[in-house]
Amino acid sequence: MSIKLIAAVSALALTAPLHAKTLSVAAGDGAQTRLQEALILAEPGDVVELGAGRFVLTDGLSLDVGGVTVRGAGMEATVLDFTGQKGAGEGLLVTSDNVTLRDFAVENTRGDGIKSKGADNIVYYRIRVEWTGGPRETNGAYGIYPVESTGVLVDGCKVIGASDAGIYVGQSKDITVRYNMAEYNVAGIEIENSRQALVTGNLVTRNTGGILVFDLPNLPVMNGGQTVIEHNLVIANDTPNFAPKGNIVAGVPRGTGVMIMANDTVLVKDNTLVDNSTGQIMVVAYPNAFDDKRYNPFPRRVVIGVNRISGGGTDPALPGGAQLKAAFGGALPPVLWDGLGGKDALALVPRGPVLTLNLPAQGAGMDKANPGLVTPADPAELVMPGPVGAPAALEARIAR
Amino acid sequence: MRVLLAAVLLAGAAVAAAPQGGRVNPAAITATGFPATLGEYGFFRDPAAQVPAAGVTPYRVQTPLWSDGAEKLRFVFVPAGQKAKAQGDGLLDLPVGSALIKTFKLDGRLIETRVLLHRADGWLALPYQWNAEQTEAKLVLAGARFPAKTPAGQPISYAIPNKNQCKECHASSGAVVPLGPKARNLPAAWLAAFHKSGRLDSVPQVTRRVPLWEARAKVSVADAARGYLDANCAHCHNPRGAASNSGLFLDWEQADPVALGIGKRPVAAGRGSGGLEFDIAPGDPAASILYHRMASLEGGVSMPEVGRDSVDPDGLAVVAEWIRGMKR
Repeated sequence: MSIKLIAAVSALALTAPLHAKTLSVAAGDGAQTRLQEALILAEPGDVVELGAGRFVLTDGLSLDVGGVTVRGAGMEATVLDFTGQKGAGEGLLVTSDNVTLRDFAVENTRGDGIKSKGADNIVYYRIRVEWTGGPRETNGAYGIYPVESTGVLVDGCKVIGASDAGIYVGQSKDITVRYNMAEYNVAGIEIENSRQALVTGNLVTRNTGGILVFDLPNLPVMNGGQTVIEHNLVIANDTPNFAPKGNIVAGVPRGTGVMIMANDTVLVKDNTLVDNSTGQIMVVAYPNAFDDKRYNPFPRRVVIGVNRISGGGTDPALPGGAQLKAAFGGALPPVLWDGLGGKDALALVPRGPVLTLNLPAQGAGMDKANPGLVTPADPAELVMPGPVGAPAALEARIAR
Repeated sequence: MRVLLAAVLLAGAAVAAAPQGGRVNPAAITATGFPATLGEYGFFRDPAAQVPAAGVTPYRVQTPLWSDGAEKLRFVFVPAGQKAKAQGDGLLDLPVGSALIKTFKLDGRLIETRVLLHRADGWLALPYQWNAEQTEAKLVLAGARFPAKTPAGQPISYAIPNKNQCKECHASSGAVVPLGPKARNLPAAWLAAFHKSGRLDSVPQVTRRVPLWEARAKVSVADAARGYLDANCAHCHNPRGAASNSGLFLDWEQADPVALGIGKRPVAAGRGSGGLEFDIAPGDPAASILYHRMASLEGGVSMPEVGRDSVDPDGLAVVAEWIRGMKR
């Protein structure tokens, strides 16, 4: 027996306790109590199996037992319906480690769809979170919302209508977001104050902005970066911004493809960017005033490799956008930079020009812009991201 | 004859209460599993009247968590022969085998009793719902929701939190901890008496005590508001709590104005922001997200997220006055 096989067998033994059981919960009367009780009484290794049908729920659900799988009969067949929700900040809250959520849907929560906080090694697989009335300011903020976690895999999910981000990973590390579909959200996918994220093979369309990689001040976890955005289809993100004001995404212009704000070492390559009408790729500093000595508001070492780019920049939702568009012959160049962060801010591989707004300082408004073309520094000096993505063990849990 | 009858009735009453024993059943606190009824613990000599058994001590906190105006009866049990340990301003260190008991009353009726049990593997929080006859409270692991009325006469949908929701507020770095019995939020006289009774090793030295809520008019509005936020928000909004990711920290000791919300932008508030830019806009409660969410009854907006279905007019007024008095 090879060492590798022994290791695999012991890993299996660890993850599958001998007495693991399945707790089946059907839709129908008393679903709230029956389902919540199952989530409380489950033990590590157990499966909480949701039957097909519509579970009508009035309060948020929560899971605080490690190593549990919650599995439905499919993202169209099993629906947790929160249309009549009265309390709690989300539909389902997970606060334990090594949880797998798969094959069910969450609809019309009052706040966030599914939140997992401090829940390491979590898998979201073939989950649908949707606000069925279309994009509205009154929809919940985040669809799939892992935060403060190490080891996050979001795979094969579908999120529609979030008034902030469809898939939002915050203050986390070792993250894979792949093969998902996000549409009609303000942000399709957002990686915030996080590190070692891989965002790959997703379809993000009809959001306000497609894929955002942000870092914000005054948070326990900062210095986001070391992230790779590759092989995504980022198409026609043209929904007018419907985020409630006050939230950072409320400032994302309609028609944003990929936006990197105040991160360190991000690689954007091999994506297909089509018809994002403001900017296909934008690299910017944090725009607001802040009071936080630990925080760096500038983009650093953002590398833009070869992407397949078509259309876009034809209707920039920026102050003075019309003049800008006219000045560049009817469409803005595909890469837009606010001009902040100095020579290490960004690079193109191969080298090429970007549209810079030439803002004079962090926090300056568009009225201070002095747009022009600039070719950023030689990328050879720049650091590439190291290892990224969720641990392989998470992928093994959903091996096809 | 009449005296005899009275004596018989009295004896009968004593017998009827006997299953409760008038004595605490320590095994119910420390054994594994979830006792199905409140009676199994024997915390009360007369449950309906909330008369505690021997060794169960009533207490109050200086500024309480507001829960739809419900009256709250608090009790602490420390196992025989053991003592709680004072830890400065902070939580009393209650030994394994201890329990904290909190009963909620609305409209003169017992609604629910929440217990916190200190077991060998940590604290466990369980909710019990009183029956209509007011004779027993049953475990409701998954919580409950029913129509009720606040003391002000407002109809509400009252929610008993489920076991996990108990933990949401009681979690510190992922483990369940008590919230109420922090020395800084306990009356000095009570601490002295608890020590004198032999259940507390020493009287903790409190440097800065949270004000007594009813006497808030006598202290600065900042102290009253901070005491209120500490009791009503800081269980989640602290660096180790359920809202740690928000960066908004409302604990009594917090000294960083941005962490307290002053000029701080929201992170994950979503529509909870109400279209406002800052958690606290100095001088302007109406422009402050903190005020907006305290004043809201809408799911996904209202704060705290669990535990209320009406607005606390007094708490809101104090916080508004505090914000209004800040220099713009």
